[in-house]
Formats: sequence, structure tokens, C-alpha cells
Amino acid sequence: MSAFSNPFNPGVRLGAGCDCGRHASQAEHELAVADEPPSGDVETLNRRVIESAVMRALFPRDETRRRFLNAVGSSTALAAVSSFFPFGAIEAMAQDKGTPEKKDLKIGFIAITCASPLIMADPLGFYRQQGLSVQLMKTAGWALIRDKMLNKEHDASHFLSPMPLAISLGTGSAAQPMRVATIQNINGQAITLHSKHKDKRDPKQWKGFKFAVPFDYSMHNFLLRYYVAEHGIDPDADIQIRVVPPPEMVANLRAGNIDGFLGPDPFNQRAVYDEVGFIHILSKDIWNGHPCCAFGVPDAMIKDAPNTFAALYRAVLTAARMARDPKNRELIAKVIAPPNYLNQPETVIEQVLTGKFADGLGNVRNVPDRADFDPFPWHSMAVWILTQMKRWGYLKEDVDYKRIAEQVFLVTDARKYMAQIDMKAPAASYARFKVMGKEFDASAPDKYLASFAIRKAS
Amino acid sequence: MSLGWLKSALLSLLFFVVLVGAWHLATLPKGERAAATDEYARLLGKGAKKSEGFPTPAQIGETIVKNLSEPFYDRGPNDKGIGIQLAHSLARVGLGYLLAIVLAVPLGFVIGMSPLVYRALDPFIQVLKPISPLAWMPIALYTIKDSSISGVFVIFICSVWPMLINTAYGVAAVRSDWLNVAKTLEVKPLRRAFQVILPAAAPTILTGMRISMGIAWLVIVAAEMLVGGTGIGYFVWNEWNNLNLANVIFAILTIGVVGMALDLAIGRLQKLVTYVE
Repeated sequence: MSAFSNPFNPGVRLGAGCDCGRHASQAEHELAVADEPPSGDVETLNRRVIESAVMRALFPRDETRRRFLNAVGSSTALAAVSSFFPFGAIEAMAQDKGTPEKKDLKIGFIAITCASPLIMADPLGFYRQQGLSVQLMKTAGWALIRDKMLNKEHDASHFLSPMPLAISLGTGSAAQPMRVATIQNINGQAITLHSKHKDKRDPKQWKGFKFAVPFDYSMHNFLLRYYVAEHGIDPDADIQIRVVPPPEMVANLRAGNIDGFLGPDPFNQRAVYDEVGFIHILSKDIWNGHPCCAFGVPDAMIKDAPNTFAALYRAVLTAARMARDPKNRELIAKVIAPPNYLNQPETVIEQVLTGKFADGLGNVRNVPDRADFDPFPWHSMAVWILTQMKRWGYLKEDVDYKRIAEQVFLVTDARKYMAQIDMKAPAASYARFKVMGKEFDASAPDKYLASFAIRKAS
Repeated sequence: MSLGWLKSALLSLLFFVVLVGAWHLATLPKGERAAATDEYARLLGKGAKKSEGFPTPAQIGETIVKNLSEPFYDRGPNDKGIGIQLAHSLARVGLGYLLAIVLAVPLGFVIGMSPLVYRALDPFIQVLKPISPLAWMPIALYTIKDSSISGVFVIFICSVWPMLINTAYGVAAVRSDWLNVAKTLEVKPLRRAFQVILPAAAPTILTGMRISMGIAWLVIVAAEMLVGGTGIGYFVWNEWNNLNLANVIFAILTIGVVGMALDLAIGRLQKLVTYVE
């Protein structure tokens, strides 16, 4: 029974011998005290087993552990060890589907189709299924998404996938450990230009254009910069890139405030629908399979409310699994279009999700993989994002790309929870991919970075 | 009197009819709308009920009826009726405005009664007064760490200055004869403040409060558009995102009517305390 005794009690002996020291082995001791049942319920005992294992690993010699505990007191020791060792999380891993510590959650989102999985999980009841009561809070822009997460007004949030990296690093905000639980969507963005530029399809003609992106730390910003730079345009010198919250992009395009935007859907399609713009290129033609938005949680939640975290994870993954299937796309368009969520005409959402759409130039295009919802948070994606942050001067200091990627993108958890709902997860967490025909290898990020002619002079 | 009133009412009505008539003519659909024959047109929503261009007066009327017939519906955190949105805005304005009164009126009294304090605080007031209240928003969000309290703070900071300055001015401008009489009668300071200075300065103070209310109601819309969540400003922002101009115009009309009602209410108060010398 030694595994069930409190390892933070200096009077308890772990390892050889018995707790009271009067018997040669623990087995003998247990025989002697068999009529004294261990106190506590199953959960406490479960926790004890884990704590004991950790303490045994930390202090292989039992004497050292006892001296340590006697010296600092057991509660201090528990706090100290917990601070670098997430007992709660391990506990949840060991017992899993426990009741959520916190049931009422507020999740922030921006009204775009990127957030489809986390939005549809509400009307389709995936949160309720996991015992959670979730309120989805429509938020006005990405800066507010960031601030409301930092202020703890929201418990979890829809993020642009570079944002948790930036927040964890403390670039562009106060540093706070933020994690990417899943990617929300891949592809599904586009460069939309004002209708008056129908004859300017070559980016070389775009000098002096004003473009909008949703946020500095967005895939949109990095993809737009990458795209124009590949065509010999310096995004910092030849064009102007300004931050405009996605919902305001079409209104700005109509007003002629901007010449175009690399923005999230449904606003590309909405610009076509309102006949103010046309789709120049889908983002899938820049990098097929690129991540866009993410589902993020603060590190504190994983440690303090592991069961809530697990329940939330399963709910969002269940939604992603459903969203991946093209058969379900029309239904999804129907449930996320009402005013409480995206507040858009249903046909616009449907064109985005099914990939059968009007392009604003008079053609009906059929691109089934225009938007997809692969939730797996590849580490290689995070490394690419970090190289681009470095390339454009958002990241000044040298960082260990892989270490940060592995810290922020929770691949292990994703695999675990994907397995729980029978989703297939890839075995590797790094993959090679091509961005506009150029291969990216996450093991040589510096070489990749050095290969670009256009970059911000550091 | 009654005839003049009738005439002005008729003229108002005439203006209204001319305005709506011009609007109606300007927004008449140009030509017959092509029915959706091919798929491309169908994807663009042609032929379906799609709002194109600026809404007509008839569409606005329809929107007003629709919104007012169900003002208190609540379909989740992001879709609430106009009544609920207005209540949120009014609550924010009320709270920020009350806080401003609590601070500005006593402080204005002190400033007005002491020329020394007046001169000492004047530079601060002059620098802080012209700052747009929305410029405080990022700082408020960062320090207060709560978006809805930040909204209240912005209302507070924009309504505090007119009240402060008007109270100080009103108190300082009380006729010295009255103060001298009070002095001759050996009136105690507290009684002098409440029974001589306050009634004398009340019209000026109320003017400051009326200006403040006007500004506060202007600012709440902008603040809510920025922070989102609830309120009439958020309603405008949300409908702008959907490019639903009919709803935006409806919201603008509502803002105007409510602003007028607030102004009238304080105007009534002002009449109560006005005196003729």
C-alpha cells in the first residue's frame, strides 16, 4: 500500500523497508496493519500513486526526501514540486474522464468560418455532451481576443495560430504561457481585390496598393508577405499592409479604403456576393494545407482544471471530425449562419464550406478543398510561423524554434484525445511541406530563413 | 401660441415628407432585376431576397416594425433584442455618469471656492480635458482588465470634465453680495455651502451635467463598437459587419430618440433649479 501513502509526509517511507520501519518489507508491514484501511476516496488514492511515483523519481534515496520534507515542510514541498510538475494533469491522464472542475466557460471567437468547429460545437451540443456549459462570445477584433484572454475574461479562445506563439514569447503583449490545443482550420483564406483591379492580376502591378490583414500575428499577414515577396514586391516598402478586423474588411473595400485583403472567409465570398471584389487567389494555392486559426487555452487551465481541458478538447475534436467530412458542410453552414454566430447569408457560408463558389469574375469554381478542418497541430507549422516572425522583424532575438514550437503546440495531447474519439493522428509531429513550390524543412530553419532575398533588414 | 405651434408642426411634417420622398425616389430600384437564370447569378444571391444598395424608406419601416415588435428576445450571448441592448448601454452610461457626478461636483465645489486650488489644478484639467475618451480605452483595458468596466470608465472620464469645470465656474461666480450677506449673518460654512452657494450655482452645474450627458451618450456608441459584447453600439457594429444598412439606420434613429429623451429629462431638472434674479 505504500503507493497510496502520502509521499509528502516525512514519516512515510517510500521504497525498501516499511512505513513504520518496524518490518523488513512493506508487504510484512501491510499484513500487520491490514485492518487499517487507507483513508480517502479513489481519486485521492489515485493522486497518491502519481505523487509517490514522481517523488520517488525526484528523490531516489528516501532519506534525502525525508530530510527535504522535514526541512521545508510538506506543504511548501508540495507547492514547489507542483510548480514544475503538473500533478493535476498527470492525474487526469491516469484516470481521465473525470467531472470537469469548471463547467461554465466563456469562449471568445471572431465571426469567421475558420472557427466553424468551435462554433458548431455549441448548437450541435458537443460541449453539453462533455458536461460543459459554454457561452460563445463574439469579439470585435484580434487585439481584444488577446486582451480578454490575458485578462481571463475568456476561459479559452479562438486564436490565429501565430498568436499563442507570440503571447507565450511576450512579443506584442505581456508574456503569458498560452497553448494551441488544436488547429481549427486549414486553407480557407484568399486574397480578394477590389473589382476595379480586375486587370491587375500580376502582383508586380500592385506597387502602392493598400492591403488589409486581420492582425500582425496572423497567417494572413505572413502568407500575404510571402506571396508578394516571391513576386519581387517588398511588403514593407512597396505596399501598405494595415490591420483591419475581418468583419470590417468588406465595408472598407467597398469604401475604397483598401485595394484588397488577405482575409478569412466568409469575407472573401461576401465581397463577391456584394459585388465589390473578386477572389484573386485562394490561400490553398499559396500553401496547400496551411494552418490558419487555432483553438487556444492558457497553460494555467491545463494544470488547474485538467478535466475541463480534456472535456473541451474532446468537444472541439468531435466537431472537427464532423467538419472534415464534406457531406456535413451544408448542415454546418446552416447552423453557424444565424445572427448569434456568423450573422451572414447562408449561401455565402455554404459556398465557402462546399467549395462551389462564384469568384467575382463571372466563373463558378469547384474547389472541394477550399476549406478544411484538420485539427492536428504540427510542430513544423509552428516552426514555419516562427521563421516568418523572424523574417519580418516581429521576433528580434534568436530563439530555439523547435523548443518553442513543442512547448506551445500540444501534439501529445492532440494525439491522446484524437485517439479517444477514434480519430487518426499522424505519428510524426514534423512534416515537410511546400510553400509556393519551395520546400520547408523544420530541421534547418536558419538555412531556410537565409534563402529569402526579401526580408526585413535586421 | 396654439396657432404658431400648429404651423411649426405642419412645417416639420412637410420637411419629413420631403425628406422621405426624396429618399424614396433616390433608392428606387433601377430597372427590373434580372431573375436568377444561371448558377453564377444564383450564387450571388440574385433573385433571392437580397438587400442591394441603400435601403428604401419602406424597408426601413419594415425593419423598425420587426425590431420593435420583439424588443426583448434573447437568442444567446450574441443575438439580443434592441430593448436589451439599449438597457445595457443605458446601464453603462448611468453608472459612469453617476460616478462622474460623485467626483466632479464636490471637487468642483472645492476648486470654485478656493482660487489657489483653482490655479493649481487648472493645468491638469486643461491637459486632460481635450483627450478623446476613446484614447483611454487601451490603457483602461490593460489596467482594469475588464472590458465592461473599461466602458464605464470611458463614460466616467468623458463626463467628468464639463461637470467639473461648470461646477467650479458656477461656484466661483456666485455674487459676492450674497456671500457678504451670509458672512454678516455669521452663517456656518456648511450651511453657507448648501443654502447659499449650491442654489446659486445649481443652474450652471446642471448645464454642465446636460453637456456631460450629451457627450456620454455620443461616446457609449463608439466605445461599444470598439469593445463589443452588448449595447446599442455593438448592435450597430454587428449589423455593419453583415452590411445590413436597414438595421444600422434603425439603430441610428434609436440612438437619436434615446439621446433626445435623456437631454429632455435633464432639461426638465434644469428648469426646476433655474431662478430669476
